[in-house]
Amino acid sequence: MSSGGPNWFKYASPMAFYPLAGRLIPWFAVPAVVLTAIGLYMTFFVAPVDYRQGDAYRIMFIHVPAAWMSMWLYICMAVYAALGLVVRTRLSSMMAQAIAPTGAMFTFIALWTGAFWGKPMWGAWWVWDARLTSELILLFLYIGVMALRAAIDDTRRADRASGLLALVGVVNVPIIYYSVQWWNTLHQGASISMTAAPTMSRIMLWTLLVMTFAFWAHAFVTSLMRVRGIILERERHAEWVAEMVDETK
Amino acid sequence: MTPRQKRFAFVAAGLVAIGLATFFILNAFKAGVMLFYSPTDVVAGKAPQHKTIRLGGMVEKGSLERQPDDLTVHFVVTDLAEKVTVSYTGILPDLFTEGQGVVAQGRMSPDGLFMASEVLAKHDETYMPPEVADALEKGKQRAAQGAGPVGGEI
Repeated sequence: MSSGGPNWFKYASPMAFYPLAGRLIPWFAVPAVVLTAIGLYMTFFVAPVDYRQGDAYRIMFIHVPAAWMSMWLYICMAVYAALGLVVRTRLSSMMAQAIAPTGAMFTFIALWTGAFWGKPMWGAWWVWDARLTSELILLFLYIGVMALRAAIDDTRRADRASGLLALVGVVNVPIIYYSVQWWNTLHQGASISMTAAPTMSRIMLWTLLVMTFAFWAHAFVTSLMRVRGIILERERHAEWVAEMVDETK
Repeated sequence: MTPRQKRFAFVAAGLVAIGLATFFILNAFKAGVMLFYSPTDVVAGKAPQHKTIRLGGMVEKGSLERQPDDLTVHFVVTDLAEKVTVSYTGILPDLFTEGQGVVAQGRMSPDGLFMASEVLAKHDETYMPPEVADALEKGKQRAAQGAGPVGGEI
């Protein structure tokens, strides 16, 4: 890497990433707040009622982005866990640790709002169909990864054990995504896919996308803030942390 | 191979192995993962006979009959190949309509009637404003009358 341009690998070091993360946070925090405000306004005032479900379908604008984020963040966490296991960069494991609580929160929101949607529309809060059950397993995986890490005192062993569990659990993500195609489920199929035109009106689609980017930005903010805390905690004996603390005194 | 490549190979092989194992497990338990049986399965006897099962399909248009004196309803569930008549006493979910998806839980009675204890509505993945739905319905009616879609022919 002697050619020109910035050396991106330098940011694999926690010392270099700590200030970068701090500078990045506002760039995601502002979109998170603005897009959430716009998205919620569109959800309640702009998007039209649905021809069959009336107003209750508006839960979708929280439910679907949360469910997408729950799966996407799990993949991100698993990729970081794999990097931590294979390349053994310390920052990767810290990122995996930082993403998990946000992913668990979105999984919980998806399940919770889904229950609120299911009761008036289907007639049941909960059904043991493949989509709902696999999403519940995703919540247990997130909690399991976090609990396993918390149960092991030695940081490197904790990284390895929880990273392995995160990787094993990644098989669940395609199961969640394709469950509505592979099996009979009460949950409806996907309205938006990469291979077919979306089966919803354009303004509904835009509302959904705005909310998705709002949630995504939120995930960036919380993960970056959390990883800064993790870096400080793990590097508390490092010289650069001591120097930084001295400077702020 | 460097240690790093070895670790990568180990992780990749592990993921493939777990993926394959999951595939075979899910394939073996396919019937257990299915939430409901279709009318074709029930008529063909693939569904358990004397156990509580779920039956899923579309409510056939014009098949809904309400009893005048109580909450008992009869309707036909179809998968466009076979039909099963369902009897249910209770309040139907708001989204329950003819021509839409439904999942009923219950068991087959000896006379071929499916006695449901719970009826769930299954909605599809289409979302649109009522005006659009009206316009689509009108277009469908026009097409059915033989007029064809507007601007469809030169």
